[in-house]
Amino acid sequence: MIERVGLLLLAPGFVVLLQAAADLPRVGDGASATFTHVAAHYIDHAHEQTGAPNFVTAVLADYRGFDTFGELIVIFTAGVGCLLILGTKDDGPPPPDEGKA
Amino acid sequence: MIDALALLFLVLMVVCAAAALRVKDLLAAVTIFGAFSFFSAAFFVVQDALDVAFTEAAVGAVITTVFFVSAIRRTTRRVR
Amino acid sequence: MKSRFGSPLLDAAIRLLVPFMWLFATYVLIHGHDSPGGGFQAGVILAASIILLRLVRGRDRVSALTSHDALMLACIGPLLYGGIGFASLLFGGNFLDYGVLPLPMEPAEVRVIGTLGIEAGVMVGVAGVLVLIFDILAWVDNDTV
Repeated sequence: MIERVGLLLLAPGFVVLLQAAADLPRVGDGASATFTHVAAHYIDHAHEQTGAPNFVTAVLADYRGFDTFGELIVIFTAGVGCLLILGTKDDGPPPPDEGKA
Repeated sequence: MIDALALLFLVLMVVCAAAALRVKDLLAAVTIFGAFSFFSAAFFVVQDALDVAFTEAAVGAVITTVFFVSAIRRTTRRVR
Repeated sequence: MKSRFGSPLLDAAIRLLVPFMWLFATYVLIHGHDSPGGGFQAGVILAASIILLRLVRGRDRVSALTSHDALMLACIGPLLYGGIGFASLLFGGNFLDYGVLPLPMEPAEVRVIGTLGIEAGVMVGVAGVLVLIFDILAWVDNDTV
C-alpha cells in the first residue's frame, strides 16, 4: 500500500524531470552555455600553460586544483567518519575517547 | 542526437535499477547494482567521457560492491 | 569453517594479478596527463588490489598494509596535497600555484611535476581511505574478513 502511494508521489517528479530534460542543450552543441564561458580558454591555452595534453587533467589538477583538494578532504572525512562511527576493536588504531562525548 | 547504443545502455540501466529495487535478496541486489555501474560506464564511454567512465567502472563496480557485501555481512541478507 | 582462506588456486591467481594491478595503477597515475586517468582512479585501483589481497588471504595474514598503515596513508595524502599548495605559497605564488616551485625546468614542465605531486597525494589518500573503510566494515569478529 505505502509503496503504491510512493510511486504515485513519484510520478509528478518524473514528469517534471522529463519536461526539464527537453530544455537541455543538445549533446555537442557549441553554442550552449557550457562551451561559451571558460571552456574555449581552456581548450586554447591548457597545453601551453600547464603542459598537460589532456584537458580533463589540466582542469582537474591545475585550473580547479582547489576543488580537487576539497574532494580529497571529503573522502578523508568519509574515512574518518566511518572510523568514528563503526569504531575499532582490538589491534586497530586506538578508539575514540568514550568518556568525553 | 542520442544514438542507438547510448539509448540501449540507458534502457539497460533503468532495467537494472528497477530489478535491484524489486529483488528481495540483498546480495542479488548488490550484484545487479554492479551491472548497473557497468552499463553506466559503457554509457559514459559512448558519450566520449572516458575519465568519468573509468572512475565509474572502478568505483561503482568494484569498490561499492565490496563495501555493500561487507555491510551485508555485518547486517542481514534478506529484506524484511 | 576453519580453512576459508588460502586456497592454492586463489593464491596463485592473486600472485599473478596483484603486481600487474600495481603496475597499472602507476601507469594510470603517471600517464594521466596524456590519457584518461589520474590520481583518483589510480588510488581506487591500488585500493582494489589491496582489498583483493585481504579477501583472498584473510585478515590474519595481511602483510601488504595493516589498517594502521592505511590510516596513515589516508592522512599522508591530504598532507602531501596541501603541502605542495603551501610550498607554492612560500615561494611567492598563490595557493596551489605550483608553477613557481624552484625547479630547473621550463614553467610548464614544473607544472607537470607539481600536478604529478598532487595526483600522487590524491592516489595515496584515496587508497588509504578505501582500505580503511573496508577494514572497518569487515571487522565483524576476529577470524573473518
